[in-house]
Amino acid sequence: MSRTDARTPTARRAPGGRVRDGHAGPEDGPLVVPEPEERARAARERRHLLSVGDLGVEGIADVLRVSDSFVEVGRRAIPKVPALRGRTVVMVFAEESTRTRLSFETAAKRLSADVMSFSWATSSTKKGESLRDTVETVAAMGVDAFVVRHPSAGAPAAVARWVDASVVNAGDGWHEHPTQALLDCYTIRQALAERAGRAPEETGVECFAGLRVAVVGDVRHSRVARSGVLALSALGARVTLVAPGSLVPPSLAGWPPVSLSYDLDAVLPDVDVCYLLRLQTERGAGAFLPSVREYSAHYGLTARRARLLPEDAIVMHPGPMNRGIEIADDVADLPRSVVLRQVANGVAVRMAVLFMLLGAGAPGPDAATASTAGPDAGPVPAVDPLGGDGA
Amino acid sequence: MAERERRLTPPRGGVFVPRVQVLSHEDVQRALTRIGHEIVERNHGLDDVILVGLQTGGVPLAFRIASVLEEIEGSAVPVGLLDVAFYRDDIGIRPVLPEAVTEIPSDLAGQLVVLVDDVLFTGRTVRAALNALADYGRARAVQLAVMVDRGHRELPIRPDYVGKNMPTRIDEQVDVSLEGVVLGDVVAR
Repeated sequence: MSRTDARTPTARRAPGGRVRDGHAGPEDGPLVVPEPEERARAARERRHLLSVGDLGVEGIADVLRVSDSFVEVGRRAIPKVPALRGRTVVMVFAEESTRTRLSFETAAKRLSADVMSFSWATSSTKKGESLRDTVETVAAMGVDAFVVRHPSAGAPAAVARWVDASVVNAGDGWHEHPTQALLDCYTIRQALAERAGRAPEETGVECFAGLRVAVVGDVRHSRVARSGVLALSALGARVTLVAPGSLVPPSLAGWPPVSLSYDLDAVLPDVDVCYLLRLQTERGAGAFLPSVREYSAHYGLTARRARLLPEDAIVMHPGPMNRGIEIADDVADLPRSVVLRQVANGVAVRMAVLFMLLGAGAPGPDAATASTAGPDAGPVPAVDPLGGDGA
Repeated sequence: MAERERRLTPPRGGVFVPRVQVLSHEDVQRALTRIGHEIVERNHGLDDVILVGLQTGGVPLAFRIASVLEEIEGSAVPVGLLDVAFYRDDIGIRPVLPEAVTEIPSDLAGQLVVLVDDVLFTGRTVRAALNALADYGRARAVQLAVMVDRGHRELPIRPDYVGKNMPTRIDEQVDVSLEGVVLGDVVAR
């Protein structure tokens, strides 16, 4: 037994007091904070996911790491964990979506959160209620997170200002689609890990350094492209945008440094990832082109073009695919096409995002008590703790 | 999971100041050898026994016990790795992030699971681990092996195999590794 410290009870409690004081004031000077702890604290301060740019390299690496754990959960016979029991997540989809909404719903349900979902078409917005009134009304029912898709860029950021809950951007206009970028990064990392014969969890974000990615198609209207390029460039990938001049964004100000090419055939032999974008005809992409057929002839990934790709390059698409326009039917089903893996990983990555926003970081109502307690957040007993032998 | 506790204990971050070396490297090896023999004795062999190390502190201990068991009985015992982050009861109260990926090699239905962890403290980690295990099938029985039982239980949980019973103050930290057991404090700097 190790009763070597025969100090007075007062002296014995002193370290605890110091510890607590140290925690109370960040002005006490820098702590020697172990790395994982710092990341957990960063997660705690992160309440919303509005832009993938907010995450930084560390944040993206964290999401990928936590996603590994949720991919494992997805492989189980019962793919469900109690992590977010009692939390409520609301899907606010002001723009039609099937895959993203189902993916978020599946993710929330596998975390045991309660999911509310309302149909925009039949909600009170049709009676003239504003987005603000709608979300404030729903928030008043007691909601922990909003997953927001909206045709206007910036709508999720506005919702984040209006409500106390966490907000996840599920796509806003031409702006961003951060969870898509994260799941794309996860899928690329998974493919690279397989190529190297390693497990994804043993593969750090270093694998993105120097990776050659071609983002092909309707970049102008694509929030997927913007988020994807932000994330991939932050991780050190070299991105080339390949698009007809009319579908390149009018300005690349605010974008990370990217190369630009109008010639898909010239780019394909030197890429590791060929990322095809959907031609967003609902956003008027058709008006930017002489004809869809001409676009398809110059920028569609046909079987002939797919053969130009290096042996181990992968083909990605955020879905929904327009077979025969940006991707040929037979190419979409090739083994190197990881489109369905993107969808599968999407659930795990969105679980990671929801868990990190609502579970890992969010301070609960009694966070103040917990912060002064022992490792397992129990209350500090008033009695002399030396008595507890336990066995 | 002293390692994990040290990293996540408020004040989040801080310096572990070692005070007393309680067990040496050799002591730890002897304790693990004894625990291995106790596991064999208690279960009349190693039929259906699977070791599950709790991430991260219990993992090296589980592998060490597995090699002890192999020396004793001559057959390999499967080892699983379990991270209980998603089952903790303090999610949302303090930062909880998984440390490593869970890896359970087989369906646990009908198996005899020996959970292995470094330090048994409040019992909440073990409680979370029991819930997690249930998602991998209905084990025939679950036993608990810990290197150090430091007291201060907050739940009705007791270990089956203990390396060392060690009364501690609640604000102390116990650091367990294959290199030894050290008692100390986490001090803000």
